[in-house]
This record gives sequence, structure tokens and C-alpha cells, in this order.
Amino acid sequence: MTKQIIFAISLLITFGVFSYSINRIVRFFRFTRPAFPVREFRKRINVMLTVAFGQTKIFRRPVIGLFHALVFWGFCVIIFGSIEMVIDGLTGTGRVLIFLGPVYNIIMASGDIFALLVAISIIIFLSRRLFFHIKRFEGIEMKNISHIDANIALSIILLLMISLLTMNTGYIEYMKHTGESSVGLFPVSTVIAGFITNGKAENFRVMYETSWWVHILLIFLFANLLPYSKHFHVFLSIPNVFLSRLEPLGKLPNMDNITREVKLMLDPDTAFTASSMDVPQERFGVKDAEDASWKNYFDSLACTECGRCTAVCPANITGKKLSPRKVMMDLRARMKEKGPLMVKNGRDFNDNRSLLRDYISEEELWACTTCNACAKECPININHPTLIIDIRRYLVMEEASAPGEIKAMFNNIENNGAPWQYSAEDRMVWAKDLEINVH
Amino acid sequence: METRKIEVPVMADLFAKGEKPEYLFWVGCAGAFDDRYKKVVRAFTRILTHLNVSFAVLGKEETCNGDPARRAGNEMLYQMQALQLIEIFRRYDVKKIITICPHCFNVFKNEYPDLGGKYEVVNYLQFLNKNIEEGNLKIDSTSLDNISITYHDPCYLGRANEIYDEPRSILKKLTGNFVEMHRNKSFALCCGAGGAQMFKEAEKGNKEVFIERTEDALKTDAKVIATACPFCMTMLTDGLKYKNKEQEIRNLDIAELIAQSIDL
Repeated sequence: MTKQIIFAISLLITFGVFSYSINRIVRFFRFTRPAFPVREFRKRINVMLTVAFGQTKIFRRPVIGLFHALVFWGFCVIIFGSIEMVIDGLTGTGRVLIFLGPVYNIIMASGDIFALLVAISIIIFLSRRLFFHIKRFEGIEMKNISHIDANIALSIILLLMISLLTMNTGYIEYMKHTGESSVGLFPVSTVIAGFITNGKAENFRVMYETSWWVHILLIFLFANLLPYSKHFHVFLSIPNVFLSRLEPLGKLPNMDNITREVKLMLDPDTAFTASSMDVPQERFGVKDAEDASWKNYFDSLACTECGRCTAVCPANITGKKLSPRKVMMDLRARMKEKGPLMVKNGRDFNDNRSLLRDYISEEELWACTTCNACAKECPININHPTLIIDIRRYLVMEEASAPGEIKAMFNNIENNGAPWQYSAEDRMVWAKDLEINVH
Repeated sequence: METRKIEVPVMADLFAKGEKPEYLFWVGCAGAFDDRYKKVVRAFTRILTHLNVSFAVLGKEETCNGDPARRAGNEMLYQMQALQLIEIFRRYDVKKIITICPHCFNVFKNEYPDLGGKYEVVNYLQFLNKNIEEGNLKIDSTSLDNISITYHDPCYLGRANEIYDEPRSILKKLTGNFVEMHRNKSFALCCGAGGAQMFKEAEKGNKEVFIERTEDALKTDAKVIATACPFCMTMLTDGLKYKNKEQEIRNLDIAELIAQSIDL
């Protein structure tokens, strides 16, 4: 009974702290702007099954991708064991899911095998971060804290897997020593147990019980660290993929408020029926965190800073300042800074800082070629270019700020209908003296 | 060899005669004004004529569709251009648009529908590949002497619109010696000109993107770098010049390769 009470209290604390942390983040969503309506559920489920559960985009880097996929699939299986542990812990039962019969054996066996595979993968990840110089993990946005964050999360996962294996090993040995028959299949732990030649039943009970508690309490701790970590993607990546933008990567979202204005300009007759004054004036484009859409903000929260985007960015590859990962991290950091101020003082609050310039410089924004390599690469379908273009929209339409040559290009389009300074009169020059061979 | 003069049909002239072409052939600003790219447009026009396609161009009525303005953040200017063009298209009852430029293709196909401009938009590579497969366009695979060709995917055909197979299918019919660059298809590196970069100097860095990409192409040892976009062509041709390779290696558009292969 004491065990159940302690467990219930820990679980309550976990949920309490977790909902507090989540609420701190979620409440900022109300400051964001609309993105797109979430429709086409069939398509979304499809994307979720392939990109999230199938890990298709992580496999764009096949070797290291495989290790990530193993971790992901491992989590998907091991979570059943964790759910069982929670039920057992609360109700005082032991292995409550046993009624699943052969399915139970499969779940336990794959959980046991995956624990080893995940542990191996995590050791590889940790060594890459600690002992190798991987360019993808470097960059101006990668502060010390980013590395510490990653290493802590990886270490906890490693401990989770070790505790799971010692738990299973202790269980097998304890059952063996007491002569009871164990339930569930544990192929890896059985092999480990084979190395243990002596020991008392009581010791194995302690080993089992301690590992059980260490494992479940680590899960509780991990869950509560995640909202403060880049590893929040453990929770957010699947929903983020489900909420993917389904349009072709080349398509930019239309600005309907501009369409209204342009239609008024082009057709003065409508000026009397629909005045632009009817619509509250909203800032064009994105200057600060609250101008970004809910999807941009979701993207930024789900980003795990893997840097696959930045590694394929042509601007970044050639030494320019732009890093798509930084754009996402900047939005997240700016919302974390300004969000609480807006909660206190309202959405219009001005702290004399902004996402543009205080976080993302114009130099970064103008370096983007909109090639969509970043968006194509992102394993969880984050879309960076739409946000970059939205900030350019603010710069151009609210501040009339752009590099000189870009302004000249605008002028040319306005004056002679081409980005270069050529006259429309010459548009057919190419067709002069055109001949075809007759066969 | 006998030659025949091509009078490129202009939409306004056809309409005056009460005729309505099947396709609007969108020439694009690069096609109209870039001296190198004019040759690509001429090659493609020869192919259209060879295929007896019913088409017309807008001629002097053509105007920038707003893409570079949009990618540079000037949504206002983009929509002004777009809404005016949609009105012109409406006047000529345009149903099908064929483009060479991938940027124009993307804007017409994906972005004009939001403003009420809905058309069947075809990229020339899709069109050419279809005609080759249907047997209308008979490529002589020996005509180019099995020269080694590599292909640079334009971002706005590739990642933006998932057109990867058509150019490869065409090029593999043109030569038995098609070679991929290390970074290809959805992994292809941008030439550096997209997103209105074409019109400005690059930001400070340690290398130009077009040089990085030209190096990808040079590593293949191909004698021809095939491109399918006016901006990519400018960039990679510049890259070849920078590397002093313009004598040995040529940068040609797929339309030029086809026109050359069937001797138009």
C-alpha cells in the first residue's frame, strides 16, 4: 500500500508539473496568427504514418537515420511496458497486461530487444557529440547550453534503457531463484542473466524493484524536463507531422489582406462597396513572434536542433550567416521572452525588441534562395522558407527595406513589366529570323 | 538542308482573326531578354512548330508574373502583376499554359489559383517527355554521339514540384552516358539564384553557391551540363567560366539538346 501511495504521489507531481510547463508554452499560441485550416485528415494520417512512424525523412541520411529510427520504434514498443508499470504502480498489481497472452510476450520481447538497440544507438549518438567533430552540431546558434541539453537528454535515455534491462534481468533471476515461472519473454535479458552465476533470490528482488523504481521515476523526470528541452520533440514531432503544411513546397501562402487592397486599387468601382477601412489593419508580414503563425510557433517548439536543414542550406554551406535551424530556434526563444510580457500586458505590448534584428538579422534573411532544401530535409516537416519570406514581407511592405538591387528589380517590374530594365516593346526580339530545318 | 521561316503566333493577332490556340506559350522575362536564354526559347519554339502544336505567345502584352517580387517579400507588387495577368488570360480565354521557366511554372500552377487564376499549367519537360513517349517526337539516340551529360535539378521543378523523372527520362534517351551529380533530385544543391538572389549580390560568405554547384557538375566529368531553368543556366555558365572550363564543357538546356538531336 505504501508503495502505491508513493507511486500515486509521484505520478500526481509529474502530471501537475507537466501541465504547468505545458500551459506556460501553450498559452502563447493565442498570440499567434492563423496559418491554414487543418483539413484532409486522411492525407494527414497518411503523412503521419509515413514521415513520423515510418521515419521516411530521417532515412535521407540512411546510416545515422537507422539508429534514430531504432530509438523511435523502440520508444513506440517500450511505452506499452511503461503504461503497464503505471497501472501496476497505481493498483498494486503485477504485470497487469498479462491477459494479452502471446501478444504480451511479443510486446515484452520486442521491448527487451529494443532496449538494447536503443542503448547502442544512444551510445553512438553520445559519442558523436562528445568525441567527434560533427559539423551539423556546430554553428552560431549552437550555444553551450544546446550541447548540454542534448547530452543530458541522451544520458537519461541511456539510463532508462539500462534500468529497463537490469529490471528484466533481475526479474528473470528472481523468478528462477524462487522457482516460479516468469511471464513475458526477455531474450536480451535472458542472455545477460546467463552471465550471472551466483546470487541470492533476495538480491535479485532488490535489483528488480530498484530498477523498476529508477526506470519509472526517470520517465517522470524525463517527461518534465522535455518541455524545457529541445527534446520536447519526443512529444511534439508526431503532432507536428500530422499538422504539416500539405501544399507543394514551392507554394507560398497568399496574403488575402493584400488581395483586398490590390483589388481596390485595380477596380475603383469596388472602393465604395468594400472599404479597406472595414478590416482592422494588421501588420503585413512578420516582425515579431506574435506575427508568426501558430504553425511557425509549433514548428519552433518541435525543432530538435538536429541541423539537417542547415547542413543542406546552400547559403550556409557557402559560409553565409543564414541557418534555417537558427531561424526556428530564434522564434522559440523570442516567444519565450515576449510571451510572458504579452500575457501580462496584452498582445500589443512593445518591449522595444523584436524577432527581426534582435534575433534574426536582415543579412540572414536576404541570403535565402527559397530552394526549400531545408524544408525537404526536416525529418518532422518544419517549413522554414515560409517564415523567412514572411519576415521579408514585413521588411519590404512595412519598412520599404531591401537591398538596393532588389529595390531596382521592383522598380523595373513596376515600370516596364520585367525584373530587368528592358522595354516591353522588345519582348518579341527573340522570335526574329527564326527558322526550322525542313526534313 | 532546306529551311522554313517560323512566324511565332501572337495571341492578339490570332484573336483578331477569330482563332483560339490550345496553349499559351509563356516565354518569360529571361526568354525575352536574356541573350543566352533566347536561344533556348528559340529551340523550344522550333520543337513546338515541328510538333504542329497550336500555341501563341502574349508578345508585348506579356509582363512579369510577379514571382521575383513575391520571393523578395513584395506581395503587393506580386499581386498587382498577377491580377493584371489573370485579367489578360481571361480576355484570351487561356486554359492551358506551357512554360519553360520553372519559377513561372510554379507561380502559375501553385499560386495563381489563390487569386482566381486556374489553368492547366504544363512545364516544357513534362510536355516534351510526353511527346517522346507517345512517339510524336522521335529522338535519335546516336545523334549526340553518346556524349556524357549530367543534369542540374532546378529547385522549382524538383523539390518545389517533385518533377525529377521527366528530365532524366529524356536525357537517357538522348545519350547512353547520363551521369548523376553526387547531390541530385531532392538532394540537389540550389544554383544560388532562387528567391530573387538572381537580382542581387550574394551576402558575405566564403564561396559563391554557383561555384559550389559547378564543382558538383565538374566532378562527374560530363561534357554537357543540362539545365532546365534560365537562372540555373546563368549561374552554371558563369561557374564554367570561373573554372575556365567553358571551352571543354557546355551548359545546354534540355530543349536545345532535343532540337539538336532531331536537327531542327
